[in-house]
Amino acid sequence: MDLSDSPDQARYRETVRAWLAAHRDAAPPASGSNEDEAYIAARRRWQGELAEGGLAGVTWPQEYGGQGLGPIEHVIVNQEISAAGVPGILDTIGVGMLGPTLIAHGTDAQKARHLGPMLHGDEVWCQLFSEPAAGSDLAGIQARARRQDDGSWRLSGQKVWTTNAQFASFGLLLARTDADVPKHKGLTMFVVPMDAPGVTVRGLRQISGEAEFNEVFFDDVHLDADAVVGQVDDGWRTALTTLMFERLTIGLGTEGLGYKEGRFAKALAADAAARRHPEVRRRLGEIATDLIAVKFGGYRALTALQRGQIPGPEAGLAKVTLVNAAIAAGELIADTLGPDALEDGGEWAYMISFLPGLKSAGGTEEILRNTIGERVLGLPPEPRLDKGIAFSELRSREREAAAVTR
Amino acid sequence: MNLALTDEQELLREAARGSLARAGTIAAARAALEDPAAAPDLWPLAVEAGWPGLLISEDHGGADLGAFDAMLVAQECGRVLARVPLLGVLPATALLDAAGHERLEAIAAGEVRTAWLPARPPGDADEGPGWTVERARRMGREPAPRATVDGDEVAFTGSVAWVPDAAGAELLVVVGVTGEGEPVAGAIDAAAASIEAVVRYDATRGLGHVTLDGARGTRLDVGAEQVARAWYLAQALLAAESVGASEAALEMAVAYAKERFTFGRAIGSYQAIKHGLTEVLRLLENARSLLYYAGYTFADRPAEFPLAASAARSAAGRALDFAARQNITTHGGIGATWEHDAPLFFRRAQLSRRLLGGTSDATDRVAGELLAAADAA
Repeated sequence: MDLSDSPDQARYRETVRAWLAAHRDAAPPASGSNEDEAYIAARRRWQGELAEGGLAGVTWPQEYGGQGLGPIEHVIVNQEISAAGVPGILDTIGVGMLGPTLIAHGTDAQKARHLGPMLHGDEVWCQLFSEPAAGSDLAGIQARARRQDDGSWRLSGQKVWTTNAQFASFGLLLARTDADVPKHKGLTMFVVPMDAPGVTVRGLRQISGEAEFNEVFFDDVHLDADAVVGQVDDGWRTALTTLMFERLTIGLGTEGLGYKEGRFAKALAADAAARRHPEVRRRLGEIATDLIAVKFGGYRALTALQRGQIPGPEAGLAKVTLVNAAIAAGELIADTLGPDALEDGGEWAYMISFLPGLKSAGGTEEILRNTIGERVLGLPPEPRLDKGIAFSELRSREREAAAVTR
Repeated sequence: MNLALTDEQELLREAARGSLARAGTIAAARAALEDPAAAPDLWPLAVEAGWPGLLISEDHGGADLGAFDAMLVAQECGRVLARVPLLGVLPATALLDAAGHERLEAIAAGEVRTAWLPARPPGDADEGPGWTVERARRMGREPAPRATVDGDEVAFTGSVAWVPDAAGAELLVVVGVTGEGEPVAGAIDAAAASIEAVVRYDATRGLGHVTLDGARGTRLDVGAEQVARAWYLAQALLAAESVGASEAALEMAVAYAKERFTFGRAIGSYQAIKHGLTEVLRLLENARSLLYYAGYTFADRPAEFPLAASAARSAAGRALDFAARQNITTHGGIGATWEHDAPLFFRRAQLSRRLLGGTSDATDRVAGELLAAADAA
């Protein structure tokens, strides 16, 4: 068991640290509002610099502008960026998930056109998967793309929870292209230019009052035939690749959320009465135990990754622990500090407001537990009513059932 | 970064699992419910496997392994509720080895069996609020015996309750406090002490109440840090045992959830069951991750070992309690009867969570360590 760098890793860390020391003065502040255009522009420029310095796309193949390195080097870069107090890349979704999907399933022309500008932050990307009525059950999406006689497509529908859509140049979008087959079969993945006529982006305000996500509407949007990623009607397979990289990104990147035991302890340490209170100590002890467990669970996952194992759904349990421990920490701090903890714009009010949504991000806790129960523990699946039924038929059955119970 | 087990560690674990499987410990645990005296003596098995010498240096005839290796063995013992006296022996050998005790070779060879009398590090700056002497005594966290040093010898007066594996030990490792409040460790012949053997609720664990009335022995040349380290080592070992037992309880429940059908389908297909079992898995994996933290800090970051071992104990105690209860719930009514093995794990959980200060003391300690670190930062 060894948590230290190998000689090669230590040398790599030195290189990264030296680069950051030389360039940190050019970096924008580590945090800012994504509704502030000047800040976003500065973050894009900074992503370009990181890419030039080899600190973006660390695990991308070299032929696409990446470094061709492993997950450990990726983590080393994240750690050094965090230690330097500078922001990382702006487009973690593009570089972490969508770019790798294009690399796996895109055409040579798509890769040549998109990967470079994506990596450098010249073109930010967004992920257009979830819909108001399809999140955890992603294959139930209803955005519809219809093929035209000339091979082009017309797209209509709505997506939601779309991070960065307000300034994205492109989106990777999952649409239904055949409703007369079972729901996983008639899906296709597309590249969508966000400035195409018929695309409307609207900010989605969350509990905190900030709009970190968007709703995106598609009204008869034209897409060229070459917008398809992977095969027509094989979009589910393409989407699974994205979701695999999503787990990986979350698995390697939770440090960035800042839910650290030391931070919560510090918030309570100044209160002489609270720190002697058995109830406060019990709660802090349990929260901290969970957060440290998540950290070491991450190291275990990283070890598995280095040994060539693909991350499985069990990594999702770490997210459950992390989010629930952070929720408990918000409760403890608010119980201790009183209404002062709820001051608008304050550190704790923001965290407390952010967490209820994070609980369902990337799939609800309940569906995650189903998946883990079935794939990790090998428990039998919940009986399903949607297997082998054409999507159009399924939808009309759902509508009928809802009408009966209304 | 590499948390993978080494080949040697895999071997150690496999060998432990193999020899324990041949001992039929679960059947023995069941028999011991009726008659505690029926519990088989697993000491010869432990000696043959070399476990008494796990933490003893090679110069003194031991295997010179680390806490993490010892925790792997403890996990295997926990899985099958084996009554192997690791909790008594290993912290004792850690102190004896640090002091270079003269009988180490015989101890490593299993010819002399030792037991450590639990002592929460005396002179702790942060005793933790909410503890009265009476409550502390009930939880095996009592004031350390009084120590009187006389050259290379030391005499102890006091009592220590709920001492793991005290009965059957020939050499006791005692931690006391001098009149000046200095911790002192000593090794005394068991004959110099009065030991009342106790089995409480969990027949797979031997305990003892030890009374010392001027019991004399050799003073061990160890400092306060090593004394504290023994306490946290015991916390880590108890955590590891609990992880092993949780693992077994989960496997039992999962197997049953696949084969038991109600309303036309396997009960494991119901979310109520499935989510309960994934919660066991979540708590178990968290505790397992913290065993790595404890193992890592024991070897490489000793100042953090109290935090790591306490966190591991806290998480593992929680995991085992939930795993044992969920195992019973999954099995329905039969799980709460002696017809089934589930109560054996429940009994293990109940007692384990109350030994060595209790799980709640460990949780409190995590908070105390972090608050102290926040002050220092």
